[in-house]
Amino acid sequence: MKISQSYNVDKKGFYGEFGGAFIPEMLYPNIKELEENYIKLTSEINFKREFEQLLKDYVGRPTPLYYAKRMSEKYQTKIYLKREDLCHTGAHKINNTIGQILLAKRLGKTRIIAETGAGQHGVATATVCALAGINCVIYMGELDIKRQSPNVARMKMLGATVRPAISGSKTLKDATNEAIRDWINNPVDTHYIIGSVVGPHPYPDMVARFQSVISEECRYQLKEFEGREYPDHVIACVGGGSNAAGIYYHYLDDPRVNIIAVEAAGQGIKTGKSAATSVLGKIGIIHGSKTLLMQTQDGQITEPYSISAGLDYPGVGPMHAHLFDSGRAEFISVQDKEAMNWGLALSQMEGIIPAIETAHAFSILDVRKFEKEDVLLFNCSGRGDKDLDTYIDYFKL
Amino acid sequence: MNRIIKSFKGKKKLLSIYFTAGFPNVDDTVDIIHNLQSSGVDMVEIGLPFSDPLADGPTIQKSSATALNNGMTTSYLFNQLIKIRDSIEIPLIIMGYFNPILQFGVEEFCRKCNEVGIDGLIIPDLPAEIFKEKYSALFEKYQILNMFLITPQTSEKRIKFIDKVSKGFIYMVSSAATTGAQNEFSNLQEEYFKRISKLNLNNKLMVGFGISNSKTYKSAISFSDGAIIGSAFIKYIEDNDIDSIKNFIKKIKN
Repeated sequence: MKISQSYNVDKKGFYGEFGGAFIPEMLYPNIKELEENYIKLTSEINFKREFEQLLKDYVGRPTPLYYAKRMSEKYQTKIYLKREDLCHTGAHKINNTIGQILLAKRLGKTRIIAETGAGQHGVATATVCALAGINCVIYMGELDIKRQSPNVARMKMLGATVRPAISGSKTLKDATNEAIRDWINNPVDTHYIIGSVVGPHPYPDMVARFQSVISEECRYQLKEFEGREYPDHVIACVGGGSNAAGIYYHYLDDPRVNIIAVEAAGQGIKTGKSAATSVLGKIGIIHGSKTLLMQTQDGQITEPYSISAGLDYPGVGPMHAHLFDSGRAEFISVQDKEAMNWGLALSQMEGIIPAIETAHAFSILDVRKFEKEDVLLFNCSGRGDKDLDTYIDYFKL
Repeated sequence: MNRIIKSFKGKKKLLSIYFTAGFPNVDDTVDIIHNLQSSGVDMVEIGLPFSDPLADGPTIQKSSATALNNGMTTSYLFNQLIKIRDSIEIPLIIMGYFNPILQFGVEEFCRKCNEVGIDGLIIPDLPAEIFKEKYSALFEKYQILNMFLITPQTSEKRIKFIDKVSKGFIYMVSSAATTGAQNEFSNLQEEYFKRISKLNLNNKLMVGFGISNSKTYKSAISFSDGAIIGSAFIKYIEDNDIDSIKNFIKKIKN
């Protein structure tokens, strides 16, 4: 591990060899406009003020940092949970959509599009569009629409139009393709709110910056508990990787912090039903970004599988590909059943029902032994309300 | 001389046809190219199918998915094309997204193109900057031209940059849209064609996207050096015999 290296994006939009903007020329003006403006506009004092105010009054930030006493006793180490599940709409996703809607307004955009898998990002986008009074179209795979009907209803209640993606496998990957095609067809008035640290530069960096409020708060909150701003291990689940990017952000270049990423192995790495990109992926291009992705030998993108729709993505953000490739982060993958058991365990040990995505992260405790004095910082990225049907089916509740 | 450059030497406007390799049947590729040449088509773009064609509308999405289901792969396509130059004289271009080419190996892909007699590539999601920095030397080594796209939103400054990097022609996308057939062009689109033709670029201009009939074809070529038809042709061969391709071409040119 090269400590002097920066794990953030470089001037050309790359993290090491990952990232960039591999986009059709039709998208060039849109991406260029964003690239030229995102740092400038988000650094303006009135932007920051409005962003912080909304995060405080509307989202409910800062979210608590909670010392999980019973878990800590059981696993003989110090476990802290960053309670992103307490954000308005139930997950960290809204940190990003608040940031992007403010940016879209400043760019004079009058229409918002977004992709969604399980519907969490769709709901977070529909929410901020209602807040801003802006027209909103959400692309969602036809299959996901059927699987996640409560979130579809929420988006509709919030005033969004939900359009089914009927191409390909009719899931998140295809919803993303449809959103990109919409943007090609509506280049002037529309802003595309991507939900994770994926897509062409500047999206991975922009979304990571909006999510970085998570680790920014952790620093002073940990200091109050532990007398130091950093944990020994920071742990998050990774699909595209936005909650992970947010909680890693201020610790990326701090060699005292061990970074752990937990991916979804689905039914098992070798079963063909998995979403563990760091194990199964190869470098390639997906949705305009050079990163690790699951593909055939011939370069066709393959379908991932995970019981949690939020981790069901065939790629991983370029920041994470770089963290993996450089050895800066430790990647593990856990199966559906381990994650589901943690959903139940966290509920009964700490009284917190996590999203299935979030539940994956805790599985590290079963595979890795930590020291008694180690400080572990988990991103408790989302709550499990949206997953109740899956929990009910699985545990016959 | 590269066949693409040579084909622009005459006075006439060019008609180029795009089709997806492996559609409607996996082994139609050579047959389609023969029929296109004998129908008087000036250039052919062979589409290398991709699972996630971002810049394409429903017709090409569907033909790509069918082609992949039929078993089309990069190696399979090159094998089909091994003897193509025994009988085909018109320029042949491969149009495909970057990831399959990257997985094949960019150098190996160029080498294979050279070997079977492909004259150029169009890779919509490989930006001109990255091409120039990383791959232009390889393309030169194997004498493969690379063509780039411009759209109504492309700034004049960028058009001039693309003109420098492009070899062969510039692919002028008719509107801010994914691929797909249109019945006619608007005044705004014609204004755009005129604006670009007045820039006196080094490269020839081919108009593509939205050309579906003789009306849009004529309109496109009146401001450019030629036109490219994709989706409308794919719809045609979905419903008609490959032997009847000449009827489609006749109708367009008429």
